[in-house]
Amino acid sequence: MNVENGVHDAHYFVPAPSRWPIVGSIALFCMAMGAAFAMNSVGAGKWLLIAGFAILLWMIVGWFGDVIKEAQAGDYGLQVDHSLRWGMSWFIFSEVMFFAAFFGALFYTRVISVPEIGYFSDTHDLLWSSFQAVWPAATGPKVDAYTAMEAFGLPAINTAILLTSGATLTWAHWGLVEGRRGQLKLGLAITVLLGCLFLTFQAIEYHHAWTEMGLNLGSGAYGATFFMLTGFHGMHVLVGTIMLSTMLGRALKGHFTKEHHFGFEAAAWYWHFVDVVWLILFVFVYWL
Amino acid sequence: MNAATKALHPGESVGEQVHGHTHDHAHDDAHHGAQEGWRRWVYATNHKDIGTLYLWFSFAMFLVGGVMALGIRAELFQPGLQFWQPEFFNQLTTLHGVIMVFGAIMPAFTGLANWMLPLMIGAPDMAFARMNNWSFWLLPPAAALLLISLFVPGGAAAGGWTLYPPLSIQAGMGMDFAIFAIHLLGISSIMGSINIVTTILNMRAPGMTLLKMPMFAWTMLVTAYLLIAVAPVLAGAVTMLLTDRHFGTHFFKAAGGGDPILFQHIFWIFGHPEVYIMALPAFGVVSQILPTFARKPLFGYVSMVYAVCAIGILSFMVWGHHMFAVGFPATAQLFFMFMTMLIAVPTGVKVFNWIATMWQGEMTFETPMLFAIGFLCLFTIGGFSGLVLALAPVDIALHATYYVVGHFHYVLVAGALFSLFGAAYYWLPKWTGYMYSEFWGKVHFWWSMIAFNITFFPMHFLGLAGMPRRIPDYPLQFTTFNSMASVGAFLFGTAQILFLINVIRTIRGGVGPAPARPWDGGHTLEWEVASPAPHHTWETPPDEATVVAGLRLQGLEHS
Repeated sequence: MNVENGVHDAHYFVPAPSRWPIVGSIALFCMAMGAAFAMNSVGAGKWLLIAGFAILLWMIVGWFGDVIKEAQAGDYGLQVDHSLRWGMSWFIFSEVMFFAAFFGALFYTRVISVPEIGYFSDTHDLLWSSFQAVWPAATGPKVDAYTAMEAFGLPAINTAILLTSGATLTWAHWGLVEGRRGQLKLGLAITVLLGCLFLTFQAIEYHHAWTEMGLNLGSGAYGATFFMLTGFHGMHVLVGTIMLSTMLGRALKGHFTKEHHFGFEAAAWYWHFVDVVWLILFVFVYWL
Repeated sequence: MNAATKALHPGESVGEQVHGHTHDHAHDDAHHGAQEGWRRWVYATNHKDIGTLYLWFSFAMFLVGGVMALGIRAELFQPGLQFWQPEFFNQLTTLHGVIMVFGAIMPAFTGLANWMLPLMIGAPDMAFARMNNWSFWLLPPAAALLLISLFVPGGAAAGGWTLYPPLSIQAGMGMDFAIFAIHLLGISSIMGSINIVTTILNMRAPGMTLLKMPMFAWTMLVTAYLLIAVAPVLAGAVTMLLTDRHFGTHFFKAAGGGDPILFQHIFWIFGHPEVYIMALPAFGVVSQILPTFARKPLFGYVSMVYAVCAIGILSFMVWGHHMFAVGFPATAQLFFMFMTMLIAVPTGVKVFNWIATMWQGEMTFETPMLFAIGFLCLFTIGGFSGLVLALAPVDIALHATYYVVGHFHYVLVAGALFSLFGAAYYWLPKWTGYMYSEFWGKVHFWWSMIAFNITFFPMHFLGLAGMPRRIPDYPLQFTTFNSMASVGAFLFGTAQILFLINVIRTIRGGVGPAPARPWDGGHTLEWEVASPAPHHTWETPPDEATVVAGLRLQGLEHS
């Protein structure tokens, strides 16, 4: 991208007034109110939350539908294309920072606060004399016994699955840029399947942790960071899978050309980002 | 214009295409004219309409947060409990902070960026016009959540705007409303910032390289970058609060191996860049106003750019100076102390450059210039008291006293808010097409200037004498300065009504129509378009000759 001089279309596409943003705002408002009420056991909260989520889905379908229509109509020139690339890059950067908050919490807890409670002060003698400053078994007066998750079982298989999916997605992209539509569709379909497989395995892992290992959100600082990091990652895999499924649907309908397929690329960037987060997560949450 | 633009449109398009698909432009018919009635504002994709929405919303929130401030000052006028119960007082201080930061100052700057950036860099609109709408329309729901929370059982969040656990974990459901409001505000900030960064990086006029764009664009670029970096961190922090509150996690609870100090770290990794998110755009505004009314190019443009970037980078390395009192090891205290003092260097570069810009200039003192100079004087005082607080040993004594309150109000009110007033007077002719009343503008400035100092200067003395912040009652010896501050606060509040009346009168015709270039010293691109700015501007980018001519007058082009 030409940062220094910019890229100039004669006419940059400015979309018409749209109802989708306000629909999205209403949806998020309902979800926020609904969640706040539901968490405090106010009866209507749950329904408000569900209604908000339904409105949000409607908005997402409608809004992206408009974007796809505009892309198909050829509204997005070179400069718009560059804007989309910048926009997606910065969005992924914001996602990186979101995960950074939780990784920061993990590192801080492991490197600073647990040792500090255990070795460097006598505080725990007064509060909980049997506290042991080891990771992952950081226990406390309010924590039931649990077993930590092993890295080299399902999580290692999931690592292989995600890495493979990154490769199949790139293979699909090669198919697209070289005009082999069959390879594009097959590659995307395999990637989506691998995404679903990952999610299934994670669901099995969670179920196993919850029912047989005594590992849940309340399992001390370990359980909190474990479920928060892997849970938000899983949510991102879900979103990525939905994005790629959409791209598969578009590919089947004949969308995308060799030169113009930023929708596909954006979804691929997102998928690779999710992949990288998993690798860091596998090393620091599961393995070390 | 409609037909001509549309005729050109298909030929220019190189987007994704499908065989046999005909161009259907019916759906963007409306985008060259304003829609009528409420739809114009609710469905808006025009950067000027959205900018206007931002600015009015932020002013409304400024009044709401201001009324809360007056509630605080009324209670503190004399010792004892006069008006509020302590619980409600705490809700007032908390909501005052949250609303002023997230509802007034930040949206006001985003509004300015929306209105002015495309005009100043020669772009037809913001890069993502539809997303721009969503960025704005997430703000009223967030504000509604905060205000509704006053009426839920237990009242609004009352742990201070920093939401520290364990208080915030124990609080009632008002805290959940605050948490979700912060989520919405964060989404809004991230989308708004992505829009600003992309617009600046991708949509500048030909000939306007990065080092030739207006300082306001530079400061908004760095601000938006900071916001994309730290708004998600805050979202993460409050999400962990939420799960600690409702889902049994132990992030911030020592009983499970967690640590409440962890929240402070994460909060201030957001919170300190946030300070510059509110200060850098103010620097940008002042860097536009001072050269215009000194009729000289901005002194040391490139060093200004580097100073802004340096502040942006350093702002990530000083968060610990908010936490000197939590029991850091000496090494950490020293690190954060020295890094904090280091920020004085690029800030000093800016202050001296502004002074040098005015040196031997042909200065006139219209209202925007008065606010810019007022900013310069008072922000510098706020900077100096910041240096005092940067010293860890001193801060341990002054931490959470009124000295801190005085310090950050010099930075945020006399800094950010004064620059916003300056910006409003500076660009009102461009926005409305009419000149505002200079007399009432000057009255507004001097009244604000004097009332501001009556309000906040005594707070330094109160803090040095040991009065803690966030208390509804105090010992008798603090009475005199508190009474002064309260009188000043009500005077300051009254002054803002003058501003509102002046703006409304300007919209209705003011003291006469404004020319396209109301200030003879203004050479940036926004002065090349008519006043009021037409609904759509720079649909074709300004030609390079126009851009270069303006750059020469700004001292940025020497060929």
